[in-house]
Amino acid sequence: MKLSLWTYEGPPHVGAMRVATAMKGVHYVLHAPQGDTYADLLFTMIERRPERPPVTYTTFQARDLGSDTAELFKSSVRDAFERFRPDVMLVGASCTAELIQDDPGGLAATMDLPIPIVPLELPAYQKKENWGAAETLYQLVRRVVPTTSSSETERRAAREAGSPPRCNILGPTALGFRHRDDTLEVTQLLKLAGIDVNVVAPLGATAADLARLGNADFNVVLYPEVAGLTAQFLKRHFGQPAVSTVPIGLSAVRDFLREIGATVGADVSTVIDQCESRMSWYSRSVDSTYLTGKRVFIFGDATHAIAAARVARDELGFTVVGLGSYSREFAREMRNAAKEHGVEPLITDDYLEVERAIEKLQPELVLGTQMERHIAKRLSIPCAVISAPVHVQDFPARHSPQMGLEGASVLFDTWVHPLMMGLEEHLLGMFRDDFEFGDGAKPSHLAHGGGEKAIPQKSEPEQAPVSATGSRETAWSTEAEQELRKIPFFVRGKARRNTERFATSRDIAMITIETLYDAKAHYSR
Amino acid sequence: MITTAQVQPTKSPDRSILRERGQREVFCGLTGIVWLHRKMQDAFFLVIGSRTCAHLLQSAAGVMIFAEPRFATAIIDDRDLAGLANADDEVERMVAEVVQRRPNLRLLFLVGSCPSEVIKLDLSRIAARLDSRMSPKVRVLNYSGSGIETTFTQGEDACLEALVGSLCAAPSDAHPNLLVVGALADVVEDQFRRYFNAMGIERVSFLPSRRLDDLPEVGPSTRYLLAQPFLAQTSAALERRGANRIDALFPLGAEGTTSWLMAAAQALHIPSHRARAVIEGPAARARAVVDRWRSDLEGKRVFFFPDSQLEVPLARFLTRELGVKPVEIGTPYLHRAHLAQELALIPDDSVISEGQDVERQLERCRRARPDITVCGLGLANPLEAEGLTTKWSIELLFTPIHGYEQAGDLAALFQRPLDRQSRLKV
Repeated sequence: MKLSLWTYEGPPHVGAMRVATAMKGVHYVLHAPQGDTYADLLFTMIERRPERPPVTYTTFQARDLGSDTAELFKSSVRDAFERFRPDVMLVGASCTAELIQDDPGGLAATMDLPIPIVPLELPAYQKKENWGAAETLYQLVRRVVPTTSSSETERRAAREAGSPPRCNILGPTALGFRHRDDTLEVTQLLKLAGIDVNVVAPLGATAADLARLGNADFNVVLYPEVAGLTAQFLKRHFGQPAVSTVPIGLSAVRDFLREIGATVGADVSTVIDQCESRMSWYSRSVDSTYLTGKRVFIFGDATHAIAAARVARDELGFTVVGLGSYSREFAREMRNAAKEHGVEPLITDDYLEVERAIEKLQPELVLGTQMERHIAKRLSIPCAVISAPVHVQDFPARHSPQMGLEGASVLFDTWVHPLMMGLEEHLLGMFRDDFEFGDGAKPSHLAHGGGEKAIPQKSEPEQAPVSATGSRETAWSTEAEQELRKIPFFVRGKARRNTERFATSRDIAMITIETLYDAKAHYSR
Repeated sequence: MITTAQVQPTKSPDRSILRERGQREVFCGLTGIVWLHRKMQDAFFLVIGSRTCAHLLQSAAGVMIFAEPRFATAIIDDRDLAGLANADDEVERMVAEVVQRRPNLRLLFLVGSCPSEVIKLDLSRIAARLDSRMSPKVRVLNYSGSGIETTFTQGEDACLEALVGSLCAAPSDAHPNLLVVGALADVVEDQFRRYFNAMGIERVSFLPSRRLDDLPEVGPSTRYLLAQPFLAQTSAALERRGANRIDALFPLGAEGTTSWLMAAAQALHIPSHRARAVIEGPAARARAVVDRWRSDLEGKRVFFFPDSQLEVPLARFLTRELGVKPVEIGTPYLHRAHLAQELALIPDDSVISEGQDVERQLERCRRARPDITVCGLGLANPLEAEGLTTKWSIELLFTPIHGYEQAGDLAALFQRPLDRQSRLKV
């Protein structure tokens, strides 16, 4: 057993639901007790889908366990087929049904339904959501692509001479972090490069679409967590190469195009030259100088976290001080990326461990999931969300991709927005003693909900945030405490902690103004 | 005029109930942890279950948590299933971790789930052993919130049933005392306590209590009032301890609250004029506030999907105080004895359905085209997309709705979706 207070990923059958819900004409019959239907609200409430996920739950109860749960499963399959008339049906078990071993795949196979039935074996006590999504897509594709011909090139439909190269876009699902917008953005990027899109899967695809995956020259793997396994299969089966650069950030967009050029043997240099994003100018503009060397902590699924680290370093001039992921399947990739950034990789699905790492590193910006957003809020550190697990906020009404050229600009806005604007940071420093310029004043663009009112009483000692060193032995002299107040509030917490750490390391019991500036000198380069 | 506790049954007692068996679209009993852990401030809920249980809890609890929660899941893995790990040792290890993390906790619930039930993990034995070791510093109890045993609010029923087992026995010569059963928002609890005290009922306690040390004694001197309609097992456990139930409407709306308070006064031999003097003002105020919503809601047709077992009392409130017409009142389970007074006030032409076959019920709902559909979170947006106006039923559990002071809020919960629909031009 493992104690879990909160989890980054759901069970694997939720991954299967993300694939089934993304597609058209697919129905999933899930052998599961009542209560497991909670998963519907992920799609209808968080993603605000206007229809129910195409899932029938058998919702067995204790009294059914004594009788015939297998018969209940079969009647659910029959009813779902009659009612929904899907082109293909997924059948499987959730964690509880896995224990009663009714063998949904075997049962469904005996029913002679006139459609393909794809049995899913998703071990709920070992695997998690992304793995479940990847396995489901793979099993679906394996089941519906033609398998008649022996040679891989024969299985692929020949492209007419002179027609543009074709690719499949693999990986976007329902409940994915900006998958809807990324798909649109990448499709446009491919169009710019003269590439036709054969099939997007699973998002919006039918079983018939999956059956013609072989008609493409190569595959674009947008989300390796979901589509990596399928891309490997397609490579074996059809000899289709996979483009694996994930086009998050301007440099990655250019690499993505280069990789496509190399894959199809086309010159993409003029397209790359045309790749302009407003973010590149904004990042070079003088207001962005203040972004230089901002210490950033990054955590998310492996794909988004690794991509974010590159953007943070190369395109915004941040310093990556921490990098990690909950995707254990991608631990190797994460370790390599962390090495490149000169940090220790943090591979964990325990958010408290992530919280400890953030507390210890005291970054100036956190890029993470919704959980890191909460952690950062508690620690008063600015934060932007870069990865699933998703929240209703991650499905904005506007087009807001992470990938492609527009995606690069979205990243700039989203990550810089929580920080102080350059000129504003400068002015705050200049006017910090102005009586109307209280510590509670938030940057003007962030003044939601009456932050201005929160001017603390100057006479009360500022409550020290939990010290990173855990030491409360050192005391502050009144003069030092007053001097500390003159330091801009957005760096005051850090100054306090650094000074305390400095004092503790030198056995200084009383912090004076001297100690404060000794510590400042010690920690500055 | 004040309605008394004795509401005359006006309708036929043998009304037919539509019984449905099929796919259910309901939460399991684990969901109750979401409000129970807020109510019981020194308690911790440790679910012995799967990743699905953990995911359900965080999804139902508003998707994200803002502070370290007072609940957790001990996720069963392959080693536990293969028998490589001793279940008792593993649960004990999890409990030790929780206790270390939460030094101030006084009450720990080991909560059974579907997987723990199916593998027949005997949590009652483990809880008893841990309790004998850790008591009185930490009490350890257990109950099942599994979906194969419990539907949504039945999780609270199972939890309170376990609590009843842990209550001390009241001395046989104790004075009659009042016990209010069912988790209420603190603000509502305080309102009720003030009313009872003003009537002269000094010995009032609430189950669950906010803190372990405030748990009441129970015995033949206990008269108990159910604040919620879903507490069948808790009620039976209280009866076994000698307590007697006070029958009344549930305290939803002005009429229900009056019936409930007056029934308690009568059971504890408070002169009715004294009780009336206390409630007259608040009751009139509640009626006046509810009346303000009447013009918006009168004549509207409401359809309840089964969810919390609150459906029948809610339908009664909507019918009697706002002139709403219930088309179908779906409930996961109908407790005829506890709801007898309520059912008598439901119009004969309203269909009452028990259990669920969600697809067939959706068909009935689409045919009926009600003005308001009360349903769970999984169905709300899809029905809105079909042009039906919905009210999330879970809000009726998370919002204070009981008592006089909340009667207007309760009416407003049903009016707001209609108001919104009339405002929007998109």
